[in-house]
Amino acid sequence: MTTVLDPGADRAGLNDPQNWQGPASSGRVLKPGELDLSHNVILYLEDICVSFDGFKAINNLNLTIDAGELRCIIGPNGAGKTTMMDVITGKTRPDSGKAFFGQTLDLTRLTEPEIAHLGIGRKFQKPTVFENHTVFENLELAMKTDKRVWRSMLAALLDDERDRISDTLKLIRLAGEADRRAGLLSHGQKQWLEIGMLLMQDPRLLLLDEPVAGMTDDETERTAELFVSLAGKHSLMVVEHDMAFVEALGGKVTVLHEGSVLAEGDLATVQADPRVIEVYLGR
Amino acid sequence: MRTPLTIRIIQSMPKAGWAGLAAFALVAWVGIPLAHLALPESSPFHVSGYLLTLLGKILCYAVVAVAMDLIWGYAGILSLGHGLFFALGGYAFGMYLMRQIGREGSYQSDLPDFMVFLDWKELPWFWWNSDSLLWSLFLVVLIPGLLAWIFGYFAFRSRIKGVYFSIITQALTFAAMLLFFRNETGFGGNNGFTDFKRILGYSITSPEMRATLFALSATLLMGVLVLGRYLVSSKFGRVLAAIRDSESRVMFIGYQPLWYKLAIWTLSAVLCALAGALYVPQVGIINPSEMSPANSIEIAVWVAVGGRGTLIGAVLGAFIVNLAKSYFTVSFPEYWPFFLGFLFIAVTLFLPDGVVGLWRKLMGQRSAPLGPAASAGPPPADPVAIAKGAQS
Ligand SMILES: Nc1ncnc2c1ncn2[C@@H]1O[C@H](COP(=O)(O)OP(=O)(O)OP(=O)(O)O)[C@@H](O)[C@H]1O
Ligand SMILES: [Mg+2]
Repeated sequence: MTTVLDPGADRAGLNDPQNWQGPASSGRVLKPGELDLSHNVILYLEDICVSFDGFKAINNLNLTIDAGELRCIIGPNGAGKTTMMDVITGKTRPDSGKAFFGQTLDLTRLTEPEIAHLGIGRKFQKPTVFENHTVFENLELAMKTDKRVWRSMLAALLDDERDRISDTLKLIRLAGEADRRAGLLSHGQKQWLEIGMLLMQDPRLLLLDEPVAGMTDDETERTAELFVSLAGKHSLMVVEHDMAFVEALGGKVTVLHEGSVLAEGDLATVQADPRVIEVYLGR
Repeated sequence: MRTPLTIRIIQSMPKAGWAGLAAFALVAWVGIPLAHLALPESSPFHVSGYLLTLLGKILCYAVVAVAMDLIWGYAGILSLGHGLFFALGGYAFGMYLMRQIGREGSYQSDLPDFMVFLDWKELPWFWWNSDSLLWSLFLVVLIPGLLAWIFGYFAFRSRIKGVYFSIITQALTFAAMLLFFRNETGFGGNNGFTDFKRILGYSITSPEMRATLFALSATLLMGVLVLGRYLVSSKFGRVLAAIRDSESRVMFIGYQPLWYKLAIWTLSAVLCALAGALYVPQVGIINPSEMSPANSIEIAVWVAVGGRGTLIGAVLGAFIVNLAKSYFTVSFPEYWPFFLGFLFIAVTLFLPDGVVGLWRKLMGQRSAPLGPAASAGPPPADPVAIAKGAQS
């Protein structure tokens, strides 16, 4: 299935292979640029600092996400949640600190498209779909495929690619809107479309910045179900202010405050933490 | 199953489009050449040499307009330096035309007259092989293509956009014009190239040659339309439109906008150059004034008038403005610049989607129906902003 570039190296047995992604990953040599999950960690952030004109938006941030984990990030406005995602996706370069995808891939040295290719997908806080394109075209553009110029010039959709798009359309409940311009969708539908675009990229790690803002309760509930079903196969980092939603997701929760981690644990524990209460009440 | 490319090319244009193209081919390949060659001058249907050349010239302009529309209308990049690529294509082919004069110049020398005048004893190195038609056609593509690629690479890599990009392209064509004005540059200084005699040994002023050049221009335009139509309706075109609307979003889904912009930019420049190469033998002269900033701005006006974001709009715009221009420059030459300026402002303010947009409105069609081609149309508020930027 994968090409072994260096037959001399044998990593089998060095580390426990992660069972969550099946036997394909066990005991094989990684290609350069391939995600190395040998410590079962998909994302490392270590001592990250970002400042804007002297203002420290991120201050010695340390965070790790396990492979297959569903992590919620909460924190008051301006805590640095979006900025952290900017650092992970290559939009903002940290002033100092380390950001690794798996064991080997240094995110601080890669460009946005390169990071996207490695398998980090992002949903923005403000829904950003291509408003002049149809819903179908939005998914088509996002689909994981060869994205070089000449391939796009010659590309025609294969049947199984069409199937993937229509499966996703059903999943995000936009099958009836496939040929509508995305700009005409409701706010909640745009959020779903953007989630659909993210799924089309088939990323290993999904970064979701306030994905349920503007959704109805019913839509929020369905989104929670979807995310829970994605965990395991994918790793997710969800930023949300909606505590009912965070509770429905049920994963570990990290509280950010003034650019660093204030508390970490399950929702009930962090909600009981006096420092967290103070931060939320003190605003 | 993947649909074969040829079928996709055919499918990229609606049936009416192909029918229109076929009708155009019939007129341009058979009707007009016959009306010029076979009908006597007394016939009311005779097409005079003047009219034939004028139409051939406008066909070349139409190719330029489509090339401009591909980058401006579909990729949102406004070039105000496209006259440069047009002129470079013209110069590259003009070198061949100069060599074809042979010893019939006023100095009866093997060298072009302007070189004798400068007391040069041999051809400069870059005139090497310029007596070969194939080589000069190769240069027509290579030089403008290479220049566009290098310029575009640095501009797009530095993420230069919008008005800044437009201004830099103006500066580029202006600098090139100054360079070509100099005699030492080796392209005939401010007189440029003229007094052409032959192509492949055949007289350049013969009716047959004129008809041939006209038909070739029409062929180029048709080819460019088919290619353009395919590209804008392909996934490539959808990525370009996505870059135009939200470049950073495109990067986060894994596309490198640089290569996409560079591809369409370079292609657009090469198409302009091909048009320039066909234009020069028809008008019989090429000089640095073709690189003047005003010429490049005029190209943008054609596209704005016709309606950017539709290929047919670009063609219509080129025809409308240039037919008006040839009327004005004969009747009241001094008013043409005012008329052109007025036209640009009027279109920008009242017809943001150009003539095609007006037509659609009158026919009660929605200007933005669904589908890839229409979705590639520019957002409505945008042309005003860009035009304002271009004027300042
Ligand atoms: N480009 C920038 N220039 C200057 N300051 C910035 C920039 N981006 C973010 N900031 C500041 O950094 C801080 C963190 O911003 P960030 O957007 O990461 O917060 P957040 O946790 O996502 O907040 P919210 O919950 O409101 O989305 C804020 O005080 C913000 O004003
Ligand atoms: Mg935020």
